[in-house]
Amino acid sequence: MSMQAQLDRRAAVAALLKDRNDTLVVSGLGSPTYDLHSVGDHDGNFYLWGAMGGAALIGLGLAQAQPGKRVLALTGDGEQLMGLGGLATIGVARPRNLDIVVIDNQHFGETGMQASHTGRGVDLTAIATACGFAATGIARTIAEVERLAAQIAAPGEGPRLFVIKVLAENPPRSLPSRDAVFIKNRFRAHLGFAAA
Amino acid sequence: MHSPQPNLETRSSDDWPSELYRVLKAADVRQMSYVPDAGHSQLIRLFSADRDVTTNVLTTEEEGIAIAAGAWLGGQRSVLLMQSSGVGNCINMLSLSAIGRFPLLMLVTMRGEWAEFNPWQVPMSRATQPSLEAIGLKVMRAETPEDLVETVESAAALAYESDQQIAVLIGQRLIGKKKW
Repeated sequence: MSMQAQLDRRAAVAALLKDRNDTLVVSGLGSPTYDLHSVGDHDGNFYLWGAMGGAALIGLGLAQAQPGKRVLALTGDGEQLMGLGGLATIGVARPRNLDIVVIDNQHFGETGMQASHTGRGVDLTAIATACGFAATGIARTIAEVERLAAQIAAPGEGPRLFVIKVLAENPPRSLPSRDAVFIKNRFRAHLGFAAA
Repeated sequence: MHSPQPNLETRSSDDWPSELYRVLKAADVRQMSYVPDAGHSQLIRLFSADRDVTTNVLTTEEEGIAIAAGAWLGGQRSVLLMQSSGVGNCINMLSLSAIGRFPLLMLVTMRGEWAEFNPWQVPMSRATQPSLEAIGLKVMRAETPEDLVETVESAAALAYESDQQIAVLIGQRLIGKKKW
């Protein structure tokens, strides 16, 4: 289980989002936000720079408001570990259009690469299964990420959580706007809602 | 963290939960999330029976702050119910509402301030309003059923029409003494 991950996180996220179509994406603070921006800014992206533990739950509120759209919460192992209770809430809510993808480098990459719980035996997919998620899985190669992208393009029976094991490294940062009001209004305009 | 909730003394003349439900429906609230409190039990039942409102039971209150932001991104209005002890759990997540100027309406039943039996409720009760104000929320407070309904109506307009982040504190005196 403790094999060293070799996958490059940017290549993994690029493969995951290559054919995103109209999927709405919420990214967790730190590297997942930079990863999401690195594959191209998009009006259907909401980037977090804080609110640690909230990415999947923002995804839940969004998925419930937009049942006809696919919603992806793209986050990191540290961010999701802070929101473990939220997996129980999402499991109970059982949205059919929400997927959580954890880019798991098994470290707190933003703060000096301290080892996280997922590198010490904690299995987020097992927790999601125990919370009633409809599907889970772990991808370790680009081919597996490509299969995952195809899987999440099709509707689920309920929420799904997938882990992509990646190499622990910090690629050059790709920084989206830090102005949350701008990003929020741009996102809502993308869905046809006017700013206040 | 939360105390068990025995029955409340009921005052049948004060059907403020039904009035709050009416006001929130009129404000087009489509999502409701909660950590239970006895003072909110009737409102929780009313929303849970409403097929036009998506209801989420939370493991901890800050989850509801994130859900409310997501709901707004997707074009829906959300309300969050909790008791005062839960406010302490929310503080960092409230950064999201504050910096993103997301409409937020929290209805907070107060514990630890009026005929309270459980001393463990008192410290967070004292910290509730100052900590909410410190993170940037507007705090409104009601002590009578009539005032509460009007306050929530006004708070809903401020939140959803003017992009404000509002906590309405519902005085423990209004909710009634808890039987032990």
